[in-house]
Amino acid sequence: MKVTYFPGCTLRNKAKDLDAYARRSALALGIELVEPDNWQCCGGVFTTSRDEVATKLSSVRALIAARDRGEPLVSVCSACHNVIKQTNYQIRTDSEFSQKVNCYLAQEAEPTEYHGETEVYHFLELLRDKVGFDKLKASVKNPLTGRKIAAYYGCLLLRPSKAMQFDDPENPKIIEDFIRALGAEPVIYPARNECCGGYIALENSENAARRSNAVSQSAVLHGADTIVTVCPLCRYNLVKSGSPIPVVYFTELLAEALGVKEDSDD
Amino acid sequence: MTDAMKKEQILRMSGVNPLKCMRCGKCSATCPNYDEMEYHPHQFVYMVEKGELMPLLKSKSIYKCLTCFACVDRCPRGVEPAKLIEAVRLVATREAGANHMKPDDIPALLDEDLPQQAIVSALRKYTK
Amino acid sequence: MQRIGVFVCWCGTNIAGTVDVKAVAEALSHEPGVVFSTDYQYMCSQAGQDIIKNAIHEHKLTGVVVCSCSPRMHETTFRKTVAAAGLNPYMLEIANIREQCSWVHKEMPTGTAKAIILGKAAVAKVNLNAPLTPGETPVTKRALVIGGGIAGIQTALDIADAGFKVDIVEKQPTIGGKMAQLDKTFPTLDCAACILTPKMVDAGQHENIKIYSYSEVTDVKGFVGNFDVTIKKKARYVREDLCTGCGLCTEKCPQKKVPNEFNLGMDNRRAIYIPFAQAVPKIATIDPNWCTMLKTGKCGVCSKVCTAGAIDYNAKDEYIEEKYGAIVVATGYNPISMDQFDEFAYSQSKDVITSLELERLMNAAGPTGGTLLRPSDGEHPHTIVLVQCVGSRCSECGKGKEYCSKICCMYTAKHAMLIRDKYPDTEVYVFYIDVRTPGKNFDEFYRRAVEEYGVHYIKGMVGKVSPEGKKLKVQASDLLDNKQLHIDADLVVLAAAIEPDKSARPLATMLTASMDTNDFFTEAHPKLRPVESPTAGVFLSGTCQGPKDIPETVSQAGAAASKVIGLLVKDKLTGNPCVAHSDELMCNGCSSCEKVCPYGAITYIDKEFRMPDRTTRIRRVASVNPAVCQGCGACTVACPSGAMDLMGFKNSQIMAEVDAICK
Repeated sequence: MKVTYFPGCTLRNKAKDLDAYARRSALALGIELVEPDNWQCCGGVFTTSRDEVATKLSSVRALIAARDRGEPLVSVCSACHNVIKQTNYQIRTDSEFSQKVNCYLAQEAEPTEYHGETEVYHFLELLRDKVGFDKLKASVKNPLTGRKIAAYYGCLLLRPSKAMQFDDPENPKIIEDFIRALGAEPVIYPARNECCGGYIALENSENAARRSNAVSQSAVLHGADTIVTVCPLCRYNLVKSGSPIPVVYFTELLAEALGVKEDSDD
Repeated sequence: MTDAMKKEQILRMSGVNPLKCMRCGKCSATCPNYDEMEYHPHQFVYMVEKGELMPLLKSKSIYKCLTCFACVDRCPRGVEPAKLIEAVRLVATREAGANHMKPDDIPALLDEDLPQQAIVSALRKYTK
Repeated sequence: MQRIGVFVCWCGTNIAGTVDVKAVAEALSHEPGVVFSTDYQYMCSQAGQDIIKNAIHEHKLTGVVVCSCSPRMHETTFRKTVAAAGLNPYMLEIANIREQCSWVHKEMPTGTAKAIILGKAAVAKVNLNAPLTPGETPVTKRALVIGGGIAGIQTALDIADAGFKVDIVEKQPTIGGKMAQLDKTFPTLDCAACILTPKMVDAGQHENIKIYSYSEVTDVKGFVGNFDVTIKKKARYVREDLCTGCGLCTEKCPQKKVPNEFNLGMDNRRAIYIPFAQAVPKIATIDPNWCTMLKTGKCGVCSKVCTAGAIDYNAKDEYIEEKYGAIVVATGYNPISMDQFDEFAYSQSKDVITSLELERLMNAAGPTGGTLLRPSDGEHPHTIVLVQCVGSRCSECGKGKEYCSKICCMYTAKHAMLIRDKYPDTEVYVFYIDVRTPGKNFDEFYRRAVEEYGVHYIKGMVGKVSPEGKKLKVQASDLLDNKQLHIDADLVVLAAAIEPDKSARPLATMLTASMDTNDFFTEAHPKLRPVESPTAGVFLSGTCQGPKDIPETVSQAGAAASKVIGLLVKDKLTGNPCVAHSDELMCNGCSSCEKVCPYGAITYIDKEFRMPDRTTRIRRVASVNPAVCQGCGACTVACPSGAMDLMGFKNSQIMAEVDAICK
């Protein structure tokens, strides 16, 4: 299976692990991740205002690149995924916005149009819907038996649910199913879809710590030994606020279970 | 810009119709950053509806919304308060010289682990 | 050529305010066939009707056009008027110059111009009208009530007491419905079972009532006065004529792990069961999904212990066909699923329950014997949070209901009061958006909960319930205090929105009765005909028509019964003569009309025709049963050869109207 892969800035820098483990795991599962040429930063957050057009064009260009290759657009970072999926949704549902976007596209060096044709997947959705957790389970070489892992969804994967269509926003199960497929035991705790504080960390780290502590404490209270996260900023906030248990990327667990964690090529 | 024009602009930018609100307060019941805010999500909806914008535009509350979208998802009337708060913030930051954060402020706030996305996001949220 | 009289009504200023009525009368007086034209303030008044009658005599009118309000309002009135003066009532046409003119136009010239055009169309049609005579059909003097809750029981009792036979079809093994599951009823706090079970017994013993329990309606044919209904009696594997209801089988059955639906799955029953002690009929039923004997052929305990020999493992579904004159829908409601509202953690904690589940937990015959205990650990809860409007008044969220469920404010006040009364050591919080308590002694009841029982009513909503250890952390807003609250609760009760029973939609299709977007049955008129469906002979009782409490349901049940009685006392019904008619000479027997007829009114017959060369030929032609035809006209547009026509609305009449408008 060949997919267009949008890594995003953070995965090139502070979250290199998240990217590297994803690439190795994909290889092991027979998924070819192809980066589009000259991709640009997604912007980090989706600005909901309907008159914010130019800031969303980098996402549109990535969507077009995938469309032109006839492939789904896949990302691993939940922030990139959120921005790209919301942009795609806005193009599909807000005709005024779509028209403005297409005015910009007409001015490009190679003029084109875009109307939301691309299917956007998070890497987890790819595992669930295209690979299948059953097949993933069969590919596991080192099952994570005995580990009690708390899935931390945060906001960006789930909400706004109308646009994201990822899972039940109040009682999601995709990461729990993922954890089970890897042979570990998922720990369900109520704060798993609460906000870590996000970008407020930059201006007000205490505020972010209050949010993140609520999450890690809830996970610990329910008996977790590890928290698994998808987003670099979530991980940063949880670790920075002093999570008493390790916080790891989901791709790291994946690579570990698939037995490809160590064979580094970068 | 008069308050009436600002209200009009906020409604247009956000696509939110505050008249759909039935004043249940579920947005404020949901908000994870409620205690950090001077004005709470339900007040944003009500005060924008009344055209009472100055207190909101001047309040630090507009920089406290985490855009976690929990209020958007749980609102029984589809009001989408987070979009309204974002529009109020944009109206404030788009005023000349009203950027809440300047690029020069950032180096002092960094530590070596902070992911890029936090900086990019904060600039998107705090500046025009 | 007809001699037509035109009568233009002012309707006070309702029409005359925006339509120049004199100009309309004047303009129409020049239309072909019109020999008399006038206007009057209130044509529907006695004086107005007299003007019409006198003109019919004086000018020897053969047709009448009244320019007034909608025919839905006064067509019947004016048909009676012309009939009193000796004209066939179908020689009358109404031009609607109120709803379609004066009420929708602001300017006098446009209103007047349109009124004239509509008047001309009506005149053009009357020129082609012919007298019509309605047929008569006999009435089957038996009623069917679908649903055996309090609505169905009350309707059946009232009809039966008037001397007519009534059958109740109930899909559960017993009648009683939701009310049987309730503990106490507001605002008097009398025990639900104490007031319901005598009525159940009355229904069970009434000589005019027959109860088909564990049964469903599978087919409805026919029309008002003459419905043919098929009832499926599901196999209960227990012979109703032999079972004494002793209950021994339900104690000896080895399959003990069946979730008990009567207690909403909070305890278990056996595979053979009687739903509750006062069930009517009190007959055991075997649940085929759980019975070991039926699934594997190995067990047979119930058969061995039954001294009456009532167990029959070979029972099959039975189909019964019965004729009815009237049908009452009383299919009731259910609380909506809480799956879409998991911010309240219903699926994540046993201690988050719905209000109906609380009824069972408070009831002496419930899973805890009437002691309020937490479902998770059986401990006594001290802090209890009641959340109103869960899924009600929920628009655009795509998961709840846009309407107010109406009963929740009162039962929540009742729950809060009962808990505080029985357990004074509890703190009870009610989160409300609005407290809606219109109704006799209702607001007083709610105020008592606050003032005498110390229930904490908080204006705001719960945002999230987090199960943490033994506690439920409730995060909520207090809008009056402008605070976010965090309450450590032991029990959370959700006042779930109510929705029509799922069986209602397919039933509506069978009955050709209309429903609204929420699957509530539509009434014939929201104010003036609230218990009749627009489909003749079909009546509505209880929550199948909209959310309502017990007093309202019982009132409506009685009203529906009185309408049924009013129908069944008649020996014959006058039909509608505006039905389809097929011109046999033009019909080519293609079956197009039969396929589109929603009422099954069209059949095909082989008929002998004389040919020009003196031979005869058998041809297949359409034949309309005028008693079944509802005059919808679908066949007339489907007919490719133009053989099908609707009496009173012939193609030629419609085209004449169109021509008059386009002229």
